[in-house]
Amino acid sequence: MYFDTNEDHIMMRKMVRDFAETEVAPGAEERDEKEEFPMDLWKQCGELGLTGITFPEEYGGVGADYTSYAITIEELSRVDASLGVTISAHSSLGSNPIYKFGTEEQKQKYLVPLATGEKMGALGLTESMAGSDASATRTTAVKDGNEYVINGSKIFITNGYYADTYIVTAQMDKSKGHKGIAAFIVEKGTPGFTFGKKEKKMGIRSSATYELVFEDMRIPAENLLGEEGQGFKIALVTLDYGRIGIAAQALGIAQGAYDQALKYAKERVQFGKPISQLQAIQFKLADMETQITAARLMVYKACELATAGKPVSQAAAMAKVFAAEVANWVTKEAVQILGGYGYTREYPVERMMRDAKITEIYEGTSEIQRVVIANNILKD
Amino acid sequence: MNIVVVIKQTFDTEAKIVLKDGQIDPSGVSLVINPYDEFAIEEALRIQKKFGGEVTVVSCGGPRSQEAIRTALAMGCDKGVQIDETALESVDEYVRAEVLAKAISEMPYDIILGGRIAVDDRSSQVAVRLAEALNIPSVSSVVKLDIENNIATATREIDGGTEIIEVPLPAMITAQKGLNEPRYPTMPGIMKARKKELKVINPADLGVSDLSAKMKVQNYSLPTPRQGGKKIEGEPAEAARELARLLREEAKVL
Ligand SMILES: Cc1cc2nc3c(=O)[nH]c(=O)nc-3n(C[C@H](O)[C@H](O)[C@H](O)COP(=O)(O)OP(=O)(O)OC[C@H]3O[C@@H](n4cnc5c(N)ncnc54)[C@H](O)[C@@H]3O)c2cc1C
Repeated sequence: MYFDTNEDHIMMRKMVRDFAETEVAPGAEERDEKEEFPMDLWKQCGELGLTGITFPEEYGGVGADYTSYAITIEELSRVDASLGVTISAHSSLGSNPIYKFGTEEQKQKYLVPLATGEKMGALGLTESMAGSDASATRTTAVKDGNEYVINGSKIFITNGYYADTYIVTAQMDKSKGHKGIAAFIVEKGTPGFTFGKKEKKMGIRSSATYELVFEDMRIPAENLLGEEGQGFKIALVTLDYGRIGIAAQALGIAQGAYDQALKYAKERVQFGKPISQLQAIQFKLADMETQITAARLMVYKACELATAGKPVSQAAAMAKVFAAEVANWVTKEAVQILGGYGYTREYPVERMMRDAKITEIYEGTSEIQRVVIANNILKD
Repeated sequence: MNIVVVIKQTFDTEAKIVLKDGQIDPSGVSLVINPYDEFAIEEALRIQKKFGGEVTVVSCGGPRSQEAIRTALAMGCDKGVQIDETALESVDEYVRAEVLAKAISEMPYDIILGGRIAVDDRSSQVAVRLAEALNIPSVSSVVKLDIENNIATATREIDGGTEIIEVPLPAMITAQKGLNEPRYPTMPGIMKARKKELKVINPADLGVSDLSAKMKVQNYSLPTPRQGGKKIEGEPAEAARELARLLREEAKVL
């Protein structure tokens, strides 16, 4: 394994980069400022085939590998991390569980329109009392004839309000702990399903983050995903793969900030020469490039494992925690290289620094990634 | 309707040109489809959508030109043909037009599309020479194209206005900016491109009688770097007087 990209990947990267620079980058600052969700860009992503990259063609996808997926999220996030996570949450969190655990009927009914981008997906796992400890879910599901009745609420849900299809976890038997949890496919517009608070955030401000509220919401029994009691496992597997997307998002943010810093350092003249000729700046650039390269190798390694159908849990957690920390460090240094200008909204690096932080929090905090890695190391 | 698009791979328009031993050094430069040829590809795909048929993209170039052909296939063209230039001692517009004409004359075509100009050598010759060699009409710098009953109605920009020309098919049309908005290749398009036919032709096999270039480049030189601007200091009235003097005496524009 070389954790490398092939000719198709190179063409994909070029295509996504062209699209990102021409269509996505110009409005990124304004969308951040206004906390505006880009429905038009989402539609364009669907037309370009960016909404179902890893799923087979028979399910509306492209049938490409995980590296193609990571490259896409990376290139979108390089100019706009909000759009990056919109696509990542849709694909990894909203669609992949149906691909991995759904019945043939569920795949035809829900996965196909998700993969083609006709519909948007989301995952509702987190609750006010169940964050890192997702097993503490208080949302309940009760079987009633041919239906499940769901009550409770979910917070911090990416793509909330805009998504059409939600994977929702709920507790069916508290005495069984996490083995009592089940996962369901819930359609927007189901009676009893409403949206609560929209979060105002530090970064990824044009990504939508909403509360989901369920009040005696009835869904057909056939919308159970997997089996009763399998919901927690479904969530963990979903996050294992999802972390590849967030790692790629972090990588893209880092690359974007580095590209900005490098360009600026060559142009900005102080003391009669470009600041890129100062060793203090050169060493920063050298370290940034080194860290980003290491992060990229880890992300692509996790991708190759995922594509090969091998266990990804540890590799994805390592890639995610490493890339997230690289993104936070690199964006901070990029602001430093741009000095006062970097701190203003004239340049995108301050947005990138704010955007980077979330990659250390969602889909498992950096602390939780270390728990996952340690558990893998020590499991036998 | 069978459509042929002739494309050229050129330097990325933002690439920095470096001369090495008197030659343009292509190493490390990212190469793209000549931007005007992208309009031609887009137009071909639109014509195909309307009338059906096949779009074949043909390029004369070295091994890297296959990337450009693959990109065109990813945009939706059906087949690719690369005329491999590496075998040729020297190439110019004459040679390119001759080999293209020979190769294209062996395929069915109702219309040939290309770009108005290649952004690298900017000669605007190959397409018209190709039309001459195939003995078909050609219209250059087209901003609007309609086809009906085997007649192409092409609108082209001329000094101070537009000109509308009708030509019977088959014809050669070159695209000007404004003709359309080229699409991006799509993810599924990129996946499918690898499975599409890309034929490599050795120009020696085409049976062109004279493959020697008619033009020889003596030497290349980079444009002189732009001089920095001049700032005139002082009181406004005085500075204006000094500016007028410089414009008259140094720049000699007044
Ligand atoms: C913008 C945004 C988007 C989100 N999108 C989604 C989404 O689409 N779907 C969804 O379900 N959720 C989503 N989340 C929720 C996110 O996954 C959680 O916020 C995250 O898992 C952390 O949970 P918490 O916020 O409750 O923090 P807590 O779990 O309360 O953690 C607080 C602190 O304690 C630390 N900590 C907790 N447990 C341990 C431990 N065992 N060992 C060491 N340290 C620990 C944490 O690392 C952290 O530093 C999103 C959150 C945000 C902010």
